[in-house]
Amino acid sequence: MSSVAVSNKKGFGATLWDYLTTVDHKKLGVMYLFAGTLFFAIAGFEALLMRIQLMIPNNDFVSAGTFNELLTMHGTTMLFLAATPLLFGFMNAIVPLQIGARDVAFPFLNSLGFWLFFLGAIFLHLSFFLGGAPDAGWTNYASLALYSPGHGIDFYVLGLQISGAGTLISGINFIVTIITMRAPGMTFMRMPLFTWTTLISSTLILFAFPPLTVGLFFMLVDRMFGANFFDHTMGGNTIIWEHLFWIFGHPEVYILVLPAFGLFSEIIPVFARKRLFGYSSMVFATILIGFLGFMVWAHHMFTTGLGATANAIFAVATMAIAVPTGMKVFNWIMTIWGGSVKVTVPMLYALGFIPSFVAGGVTGVMQAAAPLDYQLHDSYFIVAHFHYVIVGGIVTAIFGSMHFYWPIMFNRALNEKLGVLTFWIFFIGFHLTFFLQHFLGLMGMPRRVFTFQADQGWDLFNFISSIGAIMMAIGVVLLVINIIITAKSKPLNCRDYWGDGRSLEWAIKTPVPFYNFKQTPLIRGFDPYWLEKHDGNKEGMIYAEPLGDIHMPNNSILPLVMSIGTFIAAFGALYHPDGVAWSIPVIIIGLGITVASMILRSVKDDLGYHVHVEEVIATEEHLYGKGGNK
Amino acid sequence: MEHTKFTPQTWPDKAEQATMEGRNKFVGIWIFICSDITLFASVFATYLSLKDKGPAGMEFSAAELFELPLAFVMTMLLLTSSLTSVYAMYHLKNHNFKGVQIWMSITVLLGLGFLALEIYEFYHYVHIGFGYTQSAFSSAFFTLVGTHGLHVVIGLVWIVCLIVRNAKRGLNLYNAPKYYAASIFWHFIDVVWVFIFTVVYLMGVLG
Ligand code: HEM
Ligand SMILES: [Cu+2]
Repeated sequence: MSSVAVSNKKGFGATLWDYLTTVDHKKLGVMYLFAGTLFFAIAGFEALLMRIQLMIPNNDFVSAGTFNELLTMHGTTMLFLAATPLLFGFMNAIVPLQIGARDVAFPFLNSLGFWLFFLGAIFLHLSFFLGGAPDAGWTNYASLALYSPGHGIDFYVLGLQISGAGTLISGINFIVTIITMRAPGMTFMRMPLFTWTTLISSTLILFAFPPLTVGLFFMLVDRMFGANFFDHTMGGNTIIWEHLFWIFGHPEVYILVLPAFGLFSEIIPVFARKRLFGYSSMVFATILIGFLGFMVWAHHMFTTGLGATANAIFAVATMAIAVPTGMKVFNWIMTIWGGSVKVTVPMLYALGFIPSFVAGGVTGVMQAAAPLDYQLHDSYFIVAHFHYVIVGGIVTAIFGSMHFYWPIMFNRALNEKLGVLTFWIFFIGFHLTFFLQHFLGLMGMPRRVFTFQADQGWDLFNFISSIGAIMMAIGVVLLVINIIITAKSKPLNCRDYWGDGRSLEWAIKTPVPFYNFKQTPLIRGFDPYWLEKHDGNKEGMIYAEPLGDIHMPNNSILPLVMSIGTFIAAFGALYHPDGVAWSIPVIIIGLGITVASMILRSVKDDLGYHVHVEEVIATEEHLYGKGGNK
Repeated sequence: MEHTKFTPQTWPDKAEQATMEGRNKFVGIWIFICSDITLFASVFATYLSLKDKGPAGMEFSAAELFELPLAFVMTMLLLTSSLTSVYAMYHLKNHNFKGVQIWMSITVLLGLGFLALEIYEFYHYVHIGFGYTQSAFSSAFFTLVGTHGLHVVIGLVWIVCLIVRNAKRGLNLYNAPKYYAASIFWHFIDVVWVFIFTVVYLMGVLG
């Protein structure tokens, strides 16, 4: 089985089968990255259509109904199917290397998480071809969604249910991995910040996704099986959806932004060529943000009518989050301060991120003032706020980290010159698009409208905003071109591509063999690789064990089969309200496939296999020539 | 790993965590339970806010509907099944495989008894007109208690799989963590039921 790594070329079928069955965290990382990029492109295209529609007043480029579908699919796709998998891609590819592990704790579940996410995403997107996409916003408020005709909302509910299960499974996997799989000497307070933020973000997933699951389930049975959770004539209450959604929804924004913080905390010290300033306060701030993130959901519901006391409490709690966030910002600045800064593409993104994200945080604190929020709520001001934090924080982190980690993930480096150009076009486009939207909001333009009347003073700003959106699209196209060009470039076959790597992932030579480090490294302190370099160790790391047999997990097709089962069952549920005879049988067949594969998984021993020492040596020589990973 | 034969003397102290895979399973099941707690918390909160809510003139209320004797018997069955699974884990510690199998089987029987009573209870409610779609209250009730019931079914299937699969080969470091994780899950189901008994049945009857 391990000869796979040594053999040179494989046929297409074998490669495909390899990816369908793989449990290797590095391959799954790449799969997350490409799936995320695909959905990022789709959702970006939807945004572009919306901005074309809003470019001029009284436009009829798309209809009002289509516009609703576009805005819903844009938001849903970007948050659940683009940002999440892109960050998961980096977590999968990098975290096990950062802690010196062979793989994640549950490689099988890792693959299951991916396939559930992917098939859920495909299911949601089939709505475009099967009678119309969801159209009640990514927040899908029950008062709007319950009676929305057609199957759009059903696709939303079932698609997110499936992909959400995948996200939860991956979250659990990361938590266990980071708790149990750290190399000897890698204590919690020596973990790199990206590992820390992955841990906290996964913990947020752990507590935030179940309420969403429950909310989606209520919506599902209300719409498809005649339950009455949200139907007020039957005693139901639509506010329950709002609470469940935002108990999930607010932590969700931190689920996404914390790993982004982590990525920048890796990038900045490498290019400032200085140790991260205030490491322990960074860890503390991460934990505090995670904790407070659960106390503030009702700031999305100030205008719902929860009462002055509730609003006051949630307003204060929300403002408190700005404190640990501010700590982080100052720590990044202090890291850069006095460093001998190398402005590479990842660093450019980091430098662009700091002011943009701060701007988004400041508008956040403004919205946290409940009386003011009565004015701002559901206006373009909100749109500007969350795009400043999401694009300025998360997307810049993803783009910057693509450049930063491409050498480790693909053994090739993205083009720097093209990267700089991409950065400037994207960054200027981003500010053009969203800066003026603050003022559109203050002037009273509501969000989620498909057009507007001329001569209210909104025309020019909307026009400029649309130009900015086109620039962002050009930026993304350039990034994709860069990726394609790079695929054809020469492999690097080197270690520590940027020359100033500090954490463990830079100590390993690329291409990274399927078993990662041939011997588990011994960690002697924070920034372990930098320590070794400092002490003149030419071999990368010192090792905690002699060279020996390596135990690896087996590949399996079952995760894909299980996910296909849920996919089939979802179709049965979707068409249940139409009264078709086959709906219940299809649900049973689908769930039957899933349950049967679970039982098969339980009763069939999966002990993994051993890569023998000779094979390890052969693999190393094949990858790096004589002398292996020296 | 599965080939190593143990005697009670050589059997490690914490067999369920003796291997890396075992330790991962042990930590993993606890982490999973954390998220399952949040799941139940959300359904509990919904139930409390929809309790006794229904269409105008609804005749069903918690105070009239629920009967404590039945719920009490169910509680006793499930609590006892938790105890028997503790016995099974006690034998697992002492590398007494027969003890593990016997007590796990008793756990399954008690769980089945609980499930039978629950099915009877649901059937009875539906029969008198309190069906899933009858009101917000009924939807919330069946969802809360049904979610717990689903957990019981999953737990039973899991434990039966373990008992049958390992019947011929005895305890080893590969299946010990599996038994252990299943028993933790079973305890969790039991704890949730204690809350259901209190919040749904006791508080329901009190009005
Ligand atoms: C200092 C930090 C922050 C504060 C005080 C804050 C505050 C707020 C408030 C009060 C709202 C509700 C406004 C309304 O609808 O009337 C809001 C909306 C939003 N925020 Fe933030 N925020 C902060 C950071 C973030 C971050 C880091 C993200 C994402 C990574 C984010 C994403 C969002 C989103 C997506 C919405 C809009 C949700 C919707 O209605 O569709 N915020 N924020
Ligand atoms: Cu929020």
